[in-house]
Amino acid sequence: MKSYLPPEFIVERREDRCIRCLTCVRQCGFETHVYDAEENSLLSREELCVGCLRCVTLCPTRALTVRTNPSESRPNANWTREHLRDVCRQAESGGVILTGSGNDKPIRSYWDHLFLNASQVTNPSIDPLREPMELRTYLGRKPDALEPGEGRARESECPNVRIETPLLFSAMSFGAISLQAMQSLARAASEYGTLFNTGEGGLPAELVDYGKVAIVQCASGRFGVNWEYLNNSAIVEIKIGQGAKPGIGGHLPGEKVLAKVAETRMIPVGTDALSPAPQHDIYSIEDLSMLIYALKEATSYRKPISVKIAAVHNAAAIASGMVRAGADMIVIDGIRGGTGAAPKLIRDHVGIPIELALAAVDTRLREEGIRNWASLVAAGGFRSAADVIKAIALGADAVYLGTAALVAMGCTICQKCYTGICNWGICTNRPELAKRLNPDVAARRLVKLLRGWSLDIKEILGGMGVNAIESLRGNRLQLRGVGLEEWELRVLGVKGAGE
Amino acid sequence: MKNLRSLNNPYRDDKVFEGCAIFALLNQAGRNVSGEPVFRAISNMRNRGNGLGGGFAVYGIYPEYAEHYALQVMFDDPLAREEVESYLKGRFEVADEEEVPTRKTQAVIHPPQVFRYFLKPRAGWMDDVTEDERVIRAVMDINIGIKDAFVFSSGKNMGVFKGVGHPETIAEYFRLDEYRGYLWTAHSRFPTNSRAWWGGAHPFSILDWTVIHNGEISSYGINRRYLEMHGYACTLETDTEVLAYIVDLLARRQRLPMSLVTKIMAPPLWEEIERMKEPERSELIKLRQIYSSLLVNGPFACVIAHHGEMIGLNDRIRLRPMTAGIGGENLYISSEEASIRLVCPELDEFWSPQGGDPIVGRVKPESPEIFEPARPEVSDEDRAGLKAGGRV
Amino acid sequence: MISNPNMDIDNLELETRNLKPPTARLARVDARGLDYRELNRRVDELLASGAGEIEIRGVHGQRYIASRVRRPVSFRIHGTPGNDLAAFSDGVRLEVFGDAQDGVGNTMNSGEIIIHGRAGDIVGMGMRGGRIFIRDEVGYRTAIHMKEYGEQRPVIVIGVMGQDFLGEYMAGGVVVILNLPPRNPKSFSRPPAFIGTGIHGGKIFFRGKLEPYQTGKEVGFDRPDEKEMEFLSGIIRDYSNYFGLNLAQVVPDDFIKLYPKHLRPYGRLYAY
Repeated sequence: MKSYLPPEFIVERREDRCIRCLTCVRQCGFETHVYDAEENSLLSREELCVGCLRCVTLCPTRALTVRTNPSESRPNANWTREHLRDVCRQAESGGVILTGSGNDKPIRSYWDHLFLNASQVTNPSIDPLREPMELRTYLGRKPDALEPGEGRARESECPNVRIETPLLFSAMSFGAISLQAMQSLARAASEYGTLFNTGEGGLPAELVDYGKVAIVQCASGRFGVNWEYLNNSAIVEIKIGQGAKPGIGGHLPGEKVLAKVAETRMIPVGTDALSPAPQHDIYSIEDLSMLIYALKEATSYRKPISVKIAAVHNAAAIASGMVRAGADMIVIDGIRGGTGAAPKLIRDHVGIPIELALAAVDTRLREEGIRNWASLVAAGGFRSAADVIKAIALGADAVYLGTAALVAMGCTICQKCYTGICNWGICTNRPELAKRLNPDVAARRLVKLLRGWSLDIKEILGGMGVNAIESLRGNRLQLRGVGLEEWELRVLGVKGAGE
Repeated sequence: MKNLRSLNNPYRDDKVFEGCAIFALLNQAGRNVSGEPVFRAISNMRNRGNGLGGGFAVYGIYPEYAEHYALQVMFDDPLAREEVESYLKGRFEVADEEEVPTRKTQAVIHPPQVFRYFLKPRAGWMDDVTEDERVIRAVMDINIGIKDAFVFSSGKNMGVFKGVGHPETIAEYFRLDEYRGYLWTAHSRFPTNSRAWWGGAHPFSILDWTVIHNGEISSYGINRRYLEMHGYACTLETDTEVLAYIVDLLARRQRLPMSLVTKIMAPPLWEEIERMKEPERSELIKLRQIYSSLLVNGPFACVIAHHGEMIGLNDRIRLRPMTAGIGGENLYISSEEASIRLVCPELDEFWSPQGGDPIVGRVKPESPEIFEPARPEVSDEDRAGLKAGGRV
Repeated sequence: MISNPNMDIDNLELETRNLKPPTARLARVDARGLDYRELNRRVDELLASGAGEIEIRGVHGQRYIASRVRRPVSFRIHGTPGNDLAAFSDGVRLEVFGDAQDGVGNTMNSGEIIIHGRAGDIVGMGMRGGRIFIRDEVGYRTAIHMKEYGEQRPVIVIGVMGQDFLGEYMAGGVVVILNLPPRNPKSFSRPPAFIGTGIHGGKIFFRGKLEPYQTGKEVGFDRPDEKEMEFLSGIIRDYSNYFGLNLAQVVPDDFIKLYPKHLRPYGRLYAY
């Protein structure tokens, strides 16, 4: 069937600059560039181009430009180009449209409507370059009060994990990302004093030494989950949902299940790794409690147990139940959270923004008097330290960085993660592509990102006149809203600017 | 007007979210028995609850007033009691009244005062409708209209006892060890929020219909809107309340047999219906067409009880556990088998029904101690309902 | 260390048994009135003090029994163990004299569980290795997402039958259903359906016939081959021995094999 889809991108090659080095041909895993040796000419099959800019970045003579195809059918504000393309794709395939990365729709970003405070006159700002500035955070349940004697025993049941910056790397499973990418995340986390997250694909044998900085996930597929895995960890995380695809499971296609991935997930090579939509031992809040305590029993009460959910309509009530069910840490992943593969419809339409969910959850836990019982981690599209700081002021203990970490390693958010081809060697397991990502380089870039954002956080803390992150956590007086409706301010629990 | 929603659902969530354990015992010979095994069985499932709600329904406990409605009312304020009593005395003959006896129990915090009234509607008040309808009206009037008062039990010769605490605590508090009944249902609650309110615990009841429930009804939004169309005010915003009203609408008002009621709530899948023989196939298609908004979807296991009958039902694909056993004269229903075996190690029968397949327990007709509840005469309103709903 | 009268390591009664390890010391625990944490802690203590075989009596719903035991220890459990029996377990041999509830062998890695009775829902969920023998019927979603890897190939043997969704999402391992008469037909008011729905690995052997509608569309039917017949003979033998039954009428010839038609059941669901 001839496809009616026009190419999404136009590749322009300046013939005066091109030296026929064929870097572009070798670099494109989608095989966009073709060299005709007879004619000594280079062609671009633009319909294959995903706009990842690998060729543009690596072209030694800067001969290449890739841009969005400017051809337009009759402008129509209702039938957008994207709608037309999607109808066409489904008419040609009869399937569900897949995508990767986070929601790309212009959903209101509340971060951009929240503004931070700074000290003027009545209290001094602090210079973070010279004065102490503490970002250390402990993740895990805290006892309600220090009780001598008996209380000490209870405390021992509140294992906590120390991180030196409130930035954690999000769950990205081996199989979805390359071993090199996971290794880079693990190394950077270890070096900077924070944690990475294995996702639900198990911990590769090469990374067992990084167990102490690993949040290991126990998800519906239970891939790679056994006693060793659970106990070689900093935190065990039950994954209920993901912001990019609330309510549905995962599906790592068989062609991505190569030997190494199969070994780590403990499944045969080449079979689909299906993660059911629910965990089939959790159909209710008391069932969640059952799995939380199953994991506590299996880890002899030595690990904090985290529970991750997607931000959905009743997140506050659900989170309260999670904490009561025994979770030591809860993770809320908003509608802008990333993914290796998700149905586009679900990614773009299901769930709610993290800002509102985070604020609602923190508020509810405080109203219930149980905020101390669990750490609260926010996830879903944090683009800068400013977003992070605002999340902490809304009530987060820490945030998960997924897409930002990928971008630090080279990702350009082309959204083709689900194809198994990633020219940057991140979201692929083809050896020839994965080896492009040098863990030495990528880990260094990640550490620098952590450092840069941590410095940003310190600068802003100093400006507010506080020198410890806990003085900002949940301190919503440091936030003011602009351009928000009354109900939005109410949910966020912040005043309007000038109020 | 009292806002029960804010009492039961203070954060205005879409509904109250909770999980739990259920246990029920029916003496099929209709003999009144002690609740001791029920207390032990429900407390054995402590891990399924979180101490924020426990409750019981017991049938056959007021034989001396078997023909009177037993209204059990919680009061947070003595003034509310005066108001309720003056309301009741204007409309009912009150044969007896007393404070429900309680026992000092350490774990019970801020209990309301609980009184019970044995009564019959007076002639001259709403004579045009059935006694049942008049009692329902009184319950609604008090629950919505009188601040700090809540009627949580209104059937004849039966009572609901519930509150905030583990079920065994509630049993001790209400001295349930001193009661004997032929049918006991028990519930241990795990609400996600802690603003637990005594009236929010299970069982939920209307007249002698009671429901205990485990799970979350994902179709709550539409079930509720359908019931509201039929005049039910879902004041508590719990899915369990919806179950009680569905049964009331179908079984009491529209007088459908329980076998159809359970098929409306948890109907077979279309695929299965297509394989059925006539006339069953057409009947089920009709049921699904007419009552599509009463399909109860999402995980649930519940026990619906009224005089002489107890029905255990779970959702079509059994997302919540439910097991049943028969030992001697007793039929047991439980979230977990261990609880049944704890109180009756030698069972004659044990099973775990498939999704949507009801566990039906009935008191054998020759049982002496049970009065046969009179079928209500059909009111005009009911007739309208019947016509609208259509008998299948 | 041993101060509780409920628990005694019976040194006088050191029995030599044919179980592994051969000279396992037998310890007994009375579970009556203990909550699961206390019970499992006592088991830990007994193991630390060298017990190799543990008998637990009076079990009434305690969860997670043997779930963190990672040695070839033998357990004999009398009563009704609670949910998640031997979840995450690795190498224990566990016999239950009674019925078991939901989540038996959840994410189990290796070992053997023998249940002289029935079991509840999601038996062997996500199980990766070991064997589970259940004398009678089982509940919903047996072997859901069971998988195999390398030498690890889990086996679940069911004496009677499972309720709906048996082998859902199954990714590996073997389920054998002997289809003996149910203990209570009330558990099967209609023929179980959705068997093997979403199966993409492993096999199910069923004695008797199934209507096509009872299985998922991903299921293929075949006769067991010779090697599989041999395997089935072994399973029938083990089942008979474990439960002391004479099953002359159960022969490998009567079994059908259910297998996944595709390794990738959902390959064509998506638009790339």
